[in-house]
Amino acid sequence: MNLNATFIAQIVVFLTFVWFTMKFVWPPIVKALDERASKIADGLAAADKAKNDLALTEKRVGEELRKARESAADVRGGAEKQAAVIVEEARAEAARIVSAAREAAQGEAATAAQRAREELRAEVAALAVAGAERILRREIDAQVHAELLTNLKQELN
Amino acid sequence: MAAEHDVAQHTVTAGEYIAHHLTFLNGTGAAQKNLVDFGLINYDTVFWVVFLAVLGGFVLWLAARRASSGVPGRFQAAVELLVEMVGDQAKGLIHSAESRKFVAPLGLTIFVWVFLMNAMDFLPLDLIPRIWEGLYAGMGHDPHHAYMRVVPTADINATMGMSVTVLLICLYYNAKIKGIGGWAHELVSAPFGTSKNPILAVVLGLVNFAMQLIEFAAKTISHGMRLFGNMFAGELIFMLIALMGAAWTGANLPSILLFFGHFVAGFAWAVFHILVVVLQAFIFMMLTLVYVGQAHESH
Repeated sequence: MNLNATFIAQIVVFLTFVWFTMKFVWPPIVKALDERASKIADGLAAADKAKNDLALTEKRVGEELRKARESAADVRGGAEKQAAVIVEEARAEAARIVSAAREAAQGEAATAAQRAREELRAEVAALAVAGAERILRREIDAQVHAELLTNLKQELN
Repeated sequence: MAAEHDVAQHTVTAGEYIAHHLTFLNGTGAAQKNLVDFGLINYDTVFWVVFLAVLGGFVLWLAARRASSGVPGRFQAAVELLVEMVGDQAKGLIHSAESRKFVAPLGLTIFVWVFLMNAMDFLPLDLIPRIWEGLYAGMGHDPHHAYMRVVPTADINATMGMSVTVLLICLYYNAKIKGIGGWAHELVSAPFGTSKNPILAVVLGLVNFAMQLIEFAAKTISHGMRLFGNMFAGELIFMLIALMGAAWTGANLPSILLFFGHFVAGFAWAVFHILVVVLQAFIFMMLTLVYVGQAHESH
């Protein structure tokens, strides 16, 4: 164990090696380590967030399904109600049309009866006139005797 | 660590074998005579510390160059593990983020470098010295003077060089964090405090200052000597184990028993040494961080 100039050489080499490590080795490795640590932290946070998002989405999907089911039931109920209303209306309309038709038929029938009666009357009047002609044996001027004929017609009513 | 049969050459005794293995290549062709002689330099230590610094620096640089925040490969993950380990220790001991920008890489450098220097012990004990012997003889020198020590941390120059550098770093941070005045005040007022009585204050100041000097010296010397002692002893024990196998004289019972002893002891010591190598590198790094951390704290 003797000291000599090796001692000085060792100090120089030592400081050079430390400088090299400080300059070219330590910073890039530590930087990479820190970056990786923050990357991992970000990744974990993202995974947590995704898990939360998934749970939220599932909840929302359930909610939407429930709503859709409810609204479908509503729609079905509404449609049934509406169908009933429509059927009811149609039935009323049909009844109305039937009664209107019946009325019209009745009116027509009445009119026809009236007309037939009037025709009959006119024919009877003509017959009466013809009969009277025959009776009187002379021609009665229908124009001259219109008033008489009309009165006769009226009496026949 | 394994025995190449150096001792089997009848001209070399066990003592000569070990002495040869413990002599540095300093250009004089002999061991250093004086305890301190700055005119000499251990070429083998300098070569290996530079070689291992370049190797360690290259490996770390490879990892740093490929570093990305994506999925790391095994190599990158291993280096990152090391960086994280040193970074965590530094965070626990040094509370100034500004200082950590220097001190954490310092810790990493120490751990990697000291580990590599210690790990030179795992190479077969005579492998590199034998290669060097051949090269040395090839260059026209006397192969008996081809000294080569491959474990730089078994050279006190290397370990003390590092611990004194750590001391200088501690002194720098003492002055930087506390200011020259604050630090000077601490040097004369800690650990025993000061007094309102001026005479007592001077006496206490001297005692405190002496204690501080002793503390710095003790820290630095124990820091460097601990690593040196461990690695020197480890290397020496590998040499002693190697002597067992080197005592082979033929297929007789003592030789076979010694050979078996060499195998068992060599294996056991190598396995134990794996722990020592890593542990000493870790301890050197941790003590550096602790000392620098202390430089940040006021008493």
